[in-house]
Amino acid sequence: MDVLDADTALPEPFASWFSDRGWTPRPHQLDLWRRARDGRSVLLIAPTGAGKTLAGFLPSLIDLADRGQTAAEPQDRDTAAEPETLDDRLDRWAKVRRPGIHTLYVSPLKALAVDVARNVVTPVEEMELPISIETRTGDTPPSKRQRQKTSPPDILMTTPEQVALLLASREASDLFAGLKTVILDELHALVTSKRGDLLSLGLARLRAYAPKFNTIGLSATVAEPDQLRAWLRPQAPGKDLQLADLLTTPAGIKPEITILTSDERVPWSGHTARYALPEVYDLIRRHGTTLVFVNTRSQAELLFQELWAINDDMLPIALHHGSLSKEQRRKVEAAMTRNELKAVVCTSTLDLGIDWGDVDLVIHVGAPKGASRLAQRIGRANHRLDEPSRAVLVPANRFEVMECRAALDANYLGAQDTPPLRTGALDVLAQHILGVACAGPFDAAGLHQEVISAYPYRDLNRNRFDRVVDFVATGGYALRAYDRFARLKQTGDGRFRLAHPSLAQRYRLNVGTIVEAPMLKLRLSRPGRGKPVSRGGRMLGHIEEYFLETLPPGDTFLFAGEVLKLEAIQEDEAIVSRARAEEPQVPFYAGGKFPLTTYLADQVRGMLADPDRWHALPDQVRDWLSMQHLKSVLPKRNEMLVETFLRGKRHYLVAYPFEGRLAHQSLGMLLTRRLERARAKPLGFVASDYAIAVWGLDDIGARLDRGDPSPTDLFDEDMLGDDLEAWMAESYLLKRTFRQCAVIAGLIERRFPGKEKTGRQVTISTDLIYDVLRQHEPDHILLQATWNDAATGLLDIARLSEMLSRIKGRIVHKALKQISPLAVPIMLEIGRESVKGEAQDSLMADAAEDLIEEAMAG
Amino acid sequence: MSSLATSSKEAQDSKAQGSTPRTMTLCGEAFEPCAGGALWWAAERTLIVADLHLEKGSSFATKGVFLPPYDTTATLTRLAQIITHRKPQRVIALGDSFHDQGGPARLVPSDLLALTALTAAVEWIWIAGNHDPVPPAGLGGTFSDELMIGGLTFRHEPAKGAVDGEIAGHLHPVARLRRNGRSVRRRCFATNGARLILPAFGALTGGLNVLDDAFAPIFSGRKFTAWMIGTDEVYPVLGRKLSTDMALPANPWAFRKPRD
Repeated sequence: MDVLDADTALPEPFASWFSDRGWTPRPHQLDLWRRARDGRSVLLIAPTGAGKTLAGFLPSLIDLADRGQTAAEPQDRDTAAEPETLDDRLDRWAKVRRPGIHTLYVSPLKALAVDVARNVVTPVEEMELPISIETRTGDTPPSKRQRQKTSPPDILMTTPEQVALLLASREASDLFAGLKTVILDELHALVTSKRGDLLSLGLARLRAYAPKFNTIGLSATVAEPDQLRAWLRPQAPGKDLQLADLLTTPAGIKPEITILTSDERVPWSGHTARYALPEVYDLIRRHGTTLVFVNTRSQAELLFQELWAINDDMLPIALHHGSLSKEQRRKVEAAMTRNELKAVVCTSTLDLGIDWGDVDLVIHVGAPKGASRLAQRIGRANHRLDEPSRAVLVPANRFEVMECRAALDANYLGAQDTPPLRTGALDVLAQHILGVACAGPFDAAGLHQEVISAYPYRDLNRNRFDRVVDFVATGGYALRAYDRFARLKQTGDGRFRLAHPSLAQRYRLNVGTIVEAPMLKLRLSRPGRGKPVSRGGRMLGHIEEYFLETLPPGDTFLFAGEVLKLEAIQEDEAIVSRARAEEPQVPFYAGGKFPLTTYLADQVRGMLADPDRWHALPDQVRDWLSMQHLKSVLPKRNEMLVETFLRGKRHYLVAYPFEGRLAHQSLGMLLTRRLERARAKPLGFVASDYAIAVWGLDDIGARLDRGDPSPTDLFDEDMLGDDLEAWMAESYLLKRTFRQCAVIAGLIERRFPGKEKTGRQVTISTDLIYDVLRQHEPDHILLQATWNDAATGLLDIARLSEMLSRIKGRIVHKALKQISPLAVPIMLEIGRESVKGEAQDSLMADAAEDLIEEAMAG
Repeated sequence: MSSLATSSKEAQDSKAQGSTPRTMTLCGEAFEPCAGGALWWAAERTLIVADLHLEKGSSFATKGVFLPPYDTTATLTRLAQIITHRKPQRVIALGDSFHDQGGPARLVPSDLLALTALTAAVEWIWIAGNHDPVPPAGLGGTFSDELMIGGLTFRHEPAKGAVDGEIAGHLHPVARLRRNGRSVRRRCFATNGARLILPAFGALTGGLNVLDDAFAPIFSGRKFTAWMIGTDEVYPVLGRKLSTDMALPANPWAFRKPRD
């Protein structure tokens, strides 16, 4: 039992504030306060609704209130006590003087920072505490941002980018000298991205100004809490990892999750879950407020459209995703807070943080792709600890039924599959180094020590670090052509300083690690027929240029729940009009799809191999698997099945690695290259999260049987050598990754809306830079950064490599007379989604043919 | 009357050979576009290149943007390969051979040697461009604002108004083709049989869509053929089969023919 003594009880006015509301401080709130008071760093892992935010801020509020108290004391000082000495007084003044920011709160979302600020201001006002709290985001007016530098608040709530900007200013040392605490919200989400890298370097820099501040990390459940604990503390090379204290709250009540069982047939493939629409609508009708999560923005658009098509009761159902205009999203959020909505169809934009009033049910359409993501999303329902969250999973196809089942088991087991922490990216380091130089000259050896104190960069050796410094200074090329144009110059004492103040201005415009795919604004207009359309219509949101590139004017697509017709493209705007169309194209968004996580993939393989676990599956799915057992083979958990068969005039090879779409796409590219070299005449391939199908003119099955090549050779790890190298040289995926690295590292500058170059002046193409660099300096540090990114990102080579070594000697080849039950889903994907061609010459050759035909016709 | 640069007979011949046509005709003279981006005039044993933009990388470097310093090497290497292959008697560089006037002075020694070796081996003519209006010093070759050979005029910037028999650069034409939901954007030669615009040859030179306003005074509407540069071949594509880029200057409808 807890003994409430002076040490453990909250001081006034906090204790009264709690009791006035009939609340008792939760044990983890008290525990965290006591540890933070002793200057310890803490990782608090708690589900949403556990009072995590207040727990994080309580230590700072108490400390700041105490400081205010000390200042206010002389008036009501007990006259019987000793008179105040001069020393006491100086001491008191020193405490009262505001040296700068006391607590820095960093969140991955602007909106979350604003929301949390509101939540913290409430108790501060109610207790009448002399504490100033302000936010600083990209939306903060410049005058306020300037004022914050000279007269900072006690608590500043902001984003990683703003921290970088503040650190790069000359006022940084004054601002942060008195820093006591840094609170990092949604830490699990922050640390898995380049923004996390940037922030980790920012923390290392902050320690140079205020060596003693402690960190408080707030996180959802993660697989490896120790990594986050280490992330929160400065590390020293060659020493044991320093870990922050770990606090966890007891798990809340288990969520009630069910998989939707439909009387309708579960489709073989596809992602729309259209079959279950009536049931989904019925669930929405029967609950107060429902969040309907989907995995991509295009799925959100489709589902929203179809729900409204059957919305006979005119239920208020809204749509929320990242491409909609800010105004529209804010409108939906506000309506949500006022409990005016019955349901919101949404994507990962609502995964994190903000409380949108009372959510009674979460419906997840499509498989969750990762058990952790599912847990997070389900946590959005019912932010109260004493009631279970309710969620319904709606698998869109048969493989997803298995995936949902596996995710469900994982959730009940408490297993988590958050990705391992990243190795710090070099392009982010380059940006940081320029930022450091903007604040003042630096010593390379000292800065290297500082950088490797950040957990993601702890293994960065001095040589690599120096190459990045060299990159920032002169481009880092082996041909020392640019030394006289250096951005960083070495002073007499060997320190690096910024060559020109204008570079600081440019740094500020380019800060950040989010490089958006080029986007066009969508503006609504009246339909025009070939005439210039009127401008000034309503802004609907943003859409990726890649999508519109494939769309000729006059074509229709779905956006913001409406069918739109593309009228014209003018500068950075796409002019659209409302249209009626039966079959609109659906917008596609780059990077919208999460691949199946390694953990969940293993679960699905396990379920496939073990008929005892099928009893939890619906009849039709169980029958499907039984048929597979009868007609082909069910692979064991550690095996990979390869089936070959003839269909039409084509020979097919279908493999089932279950390693996620990205790794499968890379595998497809490499397999077709290899088959081509073996003269097996492959024609194309298609990849899903579960399987890959390759087809060609040659009998691939017969070849595998006679060992030309053997299955082992075909899937040999050496494909990651030369084949990969050769493919990478051409791959548009790598060029896209290079573009991002080049922008983040500051090789080229961002394109700014409004400053878009038009007409003759053309922007520098990163594709051309990539080609030249790859040809002449393939070891360049930026190409290394690109490769590291691609290997873990778009190409997922890391995972492909693990898979190839896992299946070595465990490939089961089954030559079939006809298609197997398991192969049906992937075969249905053919034609719906074909390989993105790398060889584009055929396109031009076809067009040239037209010309010849026309010329012949006269 | 067809506005095609390729005569139907040639097209027929090449069809018989099972490949795309190889030469374009300008005022009765035959020219062969090379996949490298140069134009080969066999009758005169003359090789024509436009917009080399040598030392573009170092030009950006003076402003603190460190593009790879290998663009000059890359451009000269490619040019030397074509020269070795075609063995021209004459090379015409159609202006903007250097990205800026300080370019020649920034050449690294190896590039300087490579370039002077090229200019020494053939009759080399530098045409003045807007980036390099004065002759590059000490690099060999002769310098000229414009050049006339037979009925053809060689200049950097296409003349305003109707002209017959002009070969120019300056505009960096690229063409975009969209088919079956896929899109390809490549450098191209653009010609209507009376005038011809060469693509930029330089390694780091970007491009301007041939459907841009800037091409309007040169070709009326879309009556031209874009010879799009592929990996090993050059493909002729009718102007009206092409697509615009995304970021267009005002009024993208200027060249739009009604859809048929």
